[in-house]
Amino acid sequence: MPAKNEARSKVAMRGSVAQQRLQARHRDAPRVLAIIPAMNEAENLASLLAELSRVHPLGNTLVVDDGSSDATGDIAKDHGCLVVRHPFNLGYGAALLTGYHYALRHGYPHIVQLDADGQHPPELLPTLLEPVLAGTADVVVGSRYLDNGRSGSTTLRRLGARPLAWLATLWTGQRITDPTSGFQALSPAAVATLCSDGFPEDYPDVDVLITLHRAGLTLVELPVKMRDRVAGTSMHGGMRAFYYFYRLLVTLLLLPWRRSSPWRGERVSTKSHAASDKREDDA
Amino acid sequence: MMLAIAHALFTAQGAAEDAALPPRQRLVAILLATAMLVTILELVRRRRLREEYSVVWVVTAVLLLILAFNYRILVWLTAAIGAAVPNSTLFFGGILFLMLLCLQFSVRLSRLTYRMRKLTRQVALMQEELQDFRSRHDDAAKP
Repeated sequence: MPAKNEARSKVAMRGSVAQQRLQARHRDAPRVLAIIPAMNEAENLASLLAELSRVHPLGNTLVVDDGSSDATGDIAKDHGCLVVRHPFNLGYGAALLTGYHYALRHGYPHIVQLDADGQHPPELLPTLLEPVLAGTADVVVGSRYLDNGRSGSTTLRRLGARPLAWLATLWTGQRITDPTSGFQALSPAAVATLCSDGFPEDYPDVDVLITLHRAGLTLVELPVKMRDRVAGTSMHGGMRAFYYFYRLLVTLLLLPWRRSSPWRGERVSTKSHAASDKREDDA
Repeated sequence: MMLAIAHALFTAQGAAEDAALPPRQRLVAILLATAMLVTILELVRRRRLREEYSVVWVVTAVLLLILAFNYRILVWLTAAIGAAVPNSTLFFGGILFLMLLCLQFSVRLSRLTYRMRKLTRQVALMQEELQDFRSRHDDAAKP
């Protein structure tokens, strides 16, 4: 037993040394991972990545290819992004969750996430990140409705978003205008909370913000001008909208009494932490 | 057969105390229940059906067998749940059994979905790690 503990502390030490070395290398720029969940976004991705590279190193950009049938993953790879591919489509939330786990595994403290369709302008990334890096907020949400901004939204969408925003405001006790926004920056504590369990893998929404709020994290909304998607179709629409509302209703109703999944304790791999430590040493 | 059913209905409603199924009906019921039990156990033996999923089926088959042997229990049950005819008790039981089975499947499916997603995520992350490791290894091997 003591030998095992010793080995474990050695691994932990090795990890922290690696961490220090990395921090030394990126002293002026704290390590931030940009996560872009993408499903068949080959048309939009190239221009988005070109824009993004001006404000964020693409080497620290993770594109989660959620089972695309087009060249999404290859385009990301060609631009020098990190790419994780789902073997088949698992959903927007699942792609985000994979990104969070990637950040945890590889020791990225901060996360900023944006959609691949180009509606989230990359040049606002530093603005969004600022409160998180300063430690004044755990979750920063880019809101398109704050400051009476009406950009990048259809009337229908605004109608659907209003009750959700109202619910979020009710549950968190602070004014939230755009809970559906996927344009977010997250602190290490927020990432750890989201990875622990129960992240909705289909359509993350108000419930995520409420969960984060209940975990004692600070939420902040910043006004953001969003653009229309360049090409392709949105993931919200058709019959899915009904399921979307149903799921939210059930989640919000049961939220205070919800337990974590009975299967979360199951470990798939015991080697993952040692492997990630090694990788950080290599870096 | 129609006569037998009519007779059964009559005896169920009329003489509940010393009630018994007509011999032919009884025989059919016993044969059916036994066949069901044997089929399930055979499937488990051949490992076509996992033990964990056989529980509800075996319980149902055994209950059917008990009812086939002892009609009084069915009559008593009918009175207990307030049904008019023993037949409706049987239908009620059948539907209840199907509902339980479906619910069990839904729970199992949820677990499978959870595990599948977790595994897929891990595979995707490990694949990226492996690729990264390989490319580093290839770079290091080059002079």
